[in-house]
Order: sequence, then structure tokens, then C-alpha cells
Amino acid sequence: MSGRLVLALALGATVLAPLVAPTYHVLLMLPFMAYAVALLGLNLLFGYTGLVSFGHALFLGVGAYTGAFLTSVFKVRSMEVILVAAAALGALVAAPVGALCVRYVKIYFGMLTLAFGMVFYTFVLKFYRLTGGDEGMPFLRPTLLGRSIDGLPKTDYLAGPYYYYSLAVLVLATLVMWRIVHSPFGLCLKTIRDNPTKAETLGIGVARYRWCAFVISAVYAAVGGALLGPPTGNVDPTLAYWTQSGNIVFMTLLGGFASFFGPVLGAFVFIYLQDWVMSVVPFWRLIFGAILAAIVIAAPGGLAGLWVRRPSVEASSS
Amino acid sequence: MLSGVFHGSILFLVSAGLQVVFGVQKIFNLACGSFYALGAYVGVSAVGWYVGAGGPPALFIAPLAVAGLAVGAVGVPVERGLLRFVYDRDETFQLLLTFAIVLMMEDAIRMTWGTSPRSTSGLYLTYGRVGVLGTTVPVYNLIVIGASLAIAVLIGWLLTRTTFGWIIRASADNREMTEALGVDMRRLNATVFTLGTALGTLGGALVIPATAAMSEMGIELIVEAFAVVVIGGLGSMRGAFVGALVVGVLRSIAISVYPELEMLLIYLIVIAVLVLRPRGLFGGPPA
Repeated sequence: MSGRLVLALALGATVLAPLVAPTYHVLLMLPFMAYAVALLGLNLLFGYTGLVSFGHALFLGVGAYTGAFLTSVFKVRSMEVILVAAAALGALVAAPVGALCVRYVKIYFGMLTLAFGMVFYTFVLKFYRLTGGDEGMPFLRPTLLGRSIDGLPKTDYLAGPYYYYSLAVLVLATLVMWRIVHSPFGLCLKTIRDNPTKAETLGIGVARYRWCAFVISAVYAAVGGALLGPPTGNVDPTLAYWTQSGNIVFMTLLGGFASFFGPVLGAFVFIYLQDWVMSVVPFWRLIFGAILAAIVIAAPGGLAGLWVRRPSVEASSS
Repeated sequence: MLSGVFHGSILFLVSAGLQVVFGVQKIFNLACGSFYALGAYVGVSAVGWYVGAGGPPALFIAPLAVAGLAVGAVGVPVERGLLRFVYDRDETFQLLLTFAIVLMMEDAIRMTWGTSPRSTSGLYLTYGRVGVLGTTVPVYNLIVIGASLAIAVLIGWLLTRTTFGWIIRASADNREMTEALGVDMRRLNATVFTLGTALGTLGGALVIPATAAMSEMGIELIVEAFAVVVIGGLGSMRGAFVGALVVGVLRSIAISVYPELEMLLIYLIVIAVLVLRPRGLFGGPPA
């Protein structure tokens, strides 16, 4: 099966899912699509630029809290405004943070992003009056494309209009990211990942490219974070905790950071597997920790890596 | 102030564990917080068993410390079973593997001890209180501070005066050369990792008379230990000592002056250190 066929089938199934699948599973698709958007961005940094951020939950949090503030404090209910504002704020926060972080690579980059993530986390946790502290803030139901859908029951709203809205955002985000990674800019990022010294010699401004990748990935994470709000109707600080940053890196690795759609697959498998494991035993972390350890040790290419490698092995043996 | 020093001495133990492991294996061990939590739970159980068996309360610190050190042996299977596969991999994968250990340990602790906090009832003030510099502090705090200082001296002696310490420092500087000189790296890795683990579990065991053991304590402590090693400088023992004091004392000052600032202040310092002096106050020269 060619990749394009698989992709078309997956998209078709996603479009049809609300019509045939049980509502419960349809609702699980919402966090999947939100994370998928965020992970597309994270992977620009991880897979394409070679920088692993351990603080990207910061931008998920920025996006989600933007939506919460707009809907419950400023009475702005338009989802389009929320997404644009989340993207803008994500970029605004990422610009100075990124400028400091991209001066370092590897473990120091990871540590600095982790520290910034924790600054944001403690900020929303401690400034109770502004952010509601650990109880979080309500994220009121937004209007979609200017149409108020307040009449609908919550599940009908989420499994219907909001589902297709999220899907549209995900498809759009995917197309834009596809353009980015296949542009000269994307090629430069890969060069930087593989050999920064050579890239520098070739006249690529390494720091500036890394900074751009950082800001773009933050915008994606903020949009993903804003999409996460409406399904739960509430935004709380755990979204920005460092373990959350770890989880999204985990999802990326699970799907496969070396492939474009790997992280999307990772988010899908993570969300559904987590749901299924939690319904069987309460200890999902134990099982997921074991899965993560197994991937790191035995299959660093993730699920997409396993799938991609097989045809090439067959080709070489025939 | 003194409670800050108490917290600092616990932090020192955990961060010292983090530092030895980073020094030799070059792995930033996120799981050190989980070992701390494990030590705390085992400490609670050990003391509970000790009191139940009718041991004199005044000596409860003995089973506590022994249990804390003994459970550090868990470092052996963790190192042999997981970490040894990733020594020559990218740092990212090493970091993620320790994150996997964090996830597994958290649930392993929940499975064994349940989700409700555990504490040792009423042993904290066994040794009474004493007035120091105009305030009263539990004597237990002073014992822990003293013990931590002693361990600091002991580690310093171990690293600078013994053959084992020379080997550790040599392999931190140059792994291949040390191995070429005939040092069994497999053994050394296991030993060093276990030493790091034992420091973490001991820290956890010593803290529980003062606070209850909770399953989230590990992931909360790791970010503090992280702040300590960044401020002090990765891989430096002196750095861990100074960093732990700075974090512990600053935290207690912030709590009494402006509680909202507590951890925020510490992370801002971490960022300032990383930006201005990324190798920390006592970090080595660029690798």
C-alpha cells in the first residue's frame, strides 16, 4: 500500500467517523486532533531541526489560557479570533524565549525550555486571582465561523460542528507544515540538524533558522492548546506541567519523529491506547513507561519507522 | 531560614546523586526524583515495621537510614536492565528513557503503597526542639543537616582521596581512555548509578519524618533538583552543595515574604544562570 492511499483512507475514515462510530470514540478524536496540530509543530523542532524541547507544554498552556481568557473574561466567543490570538500570543512568547534557548543545543536546550515551561506553570498556578490557580479557568463554548451553536447539547456540538472544525484546522495545519518542511527553509533545517558546522559554512544562519523553527513550533503548539479547551470546557495548569511536555515528546517518538506523519500517528495511538489501558487497569503510566522504554531501546524510529523500514528490507532481499 | 537549610540538605543528597550519574554516564537522570519518592515510602514502611516490632522510638533514625540506603540497590536492575542500552545514543533518548522510568516508578509506588499519603506518626519531635538563633527548630532537622554535611564531606573524601574516586573522575573526563587503562566500565557504571540512586533514596527516607510521603513528591522534587544542578553547574559536587543551599534558603525566604514567588523566583534564577553562565557557578570548562 502506498503512503498516499493510506493517507486518503485515514482522512476518509476521519471524515466518516462521527456518522458511524460511537460518540465516545468520536469525542476522543478531539484531543487527538488538537495534539496532532501541536505535534506537527513540535516535530519541526525535534525531527527536522534536531532540538528536543522539554517545555513545549508552555505553549499548549499559552494557547489554552488564551482561549479561556477570551471566552470567560473578555466575552469573545469566536473560535477564529481565539485561534489567531493563540497563534499570535504563542509567537509573542516564543520570540524572546526562543532567542535565549536556541543559543544552546542538546541537553542545555532541553533544560532551558524545561525551566521556561516551569516558570509559566508556577505563574498560572500561583496567581490564583488571575488564572484560578489549580482549579483552572472555564473555556466557554466558542462560536464557529461566526455561527452561534448554543442550542445544541454539548456532545452533539462536540461530535458534530466542533469535530469538523478541528479536522479542518488539522488539515490546514498539515498542509502548511508540509509546505514548510519541503521548502528551502525546511531543507536548511535538516542540514542544520545533520551538520550544523557545515550549514554555517554554507552560509545558513544557524541560530536564526533554529529560532524560526522554534517560533513556528510554538505557534502550532498554541493553536493545538486552544483546540484542547472546548472539549473539556476547562483549562487547568496541569496542561503546562513538565510531565505534559514529556508526554508530547513521547507521542512524537511513539509515532516516529523521522517521518512527517509519524507524530500524528503517535498522538492517535497514544490517546486511544491510554483510554483503553485506563479502562482495563488504573496504572497506565506503568505500561506506557514500559512502552516508552521499549521504543527508546529497540525501535527509536517509532511506529512509522517500523512501517517504513519493512518495504525497504523487502526491496533489498528481492 | 533553618527550615530552608533542612530542605537544602535533602535537596543536596538528591542532587548529589544526579551529579555523580551525570558526571560518569553523562545521563541527566530525571528518575532521581522517583528514587527519592521510593526511598520515602520504603522509609515509612521500615519505621512502621520498626515501631510495630517494639523498637525504642529514639533510635528510629537507624532503620530509616538503613532502609533508605538499602533500597538504593534498585539502581542495579535499572542500570543493567535499561540504561546500559543507551549509553552511546543521543542525549534525547537517554533523557526520554529516564522519563519512562519516572512514569513506571510512579505507578509502581501507587500499586505498592496506594494513593493516599503515608506518614510516620509523631516521630518527628521524638528528639524534641531546641532554640537556635532565636527560633526553635526540631532537633531532627539539625540531625539531618549534620548527616547531610557528613555525607558531603564523605563524598568529597571519596572523590579526591580514594582510588575509586580517581577512577570516577577519570572516567568523567575521558571514558575511552579510562576503559583502555583497564577499568571495567560495566561494573563502574552499575556502581556509580547505584551510588546515585542510594543518595536519592536516602534523601527520601530522611525527609519523611518531617512530611508525608506522596506519590507526586518525586516529580515535584526533580524540578527542584534540576534547579540545583543548573545553578551549581552540571556534574559538579561543590555546585550541588551550593546550589542546594541557595534553592533551599531562597525558597524558605520567598515563602515567608511573598508566597506567590516561591518557585517562580527559583526558575527565574535558573534561567538567568543558564543564559549568563550556562555551565553554572561551579561547572567545568566546555566539553
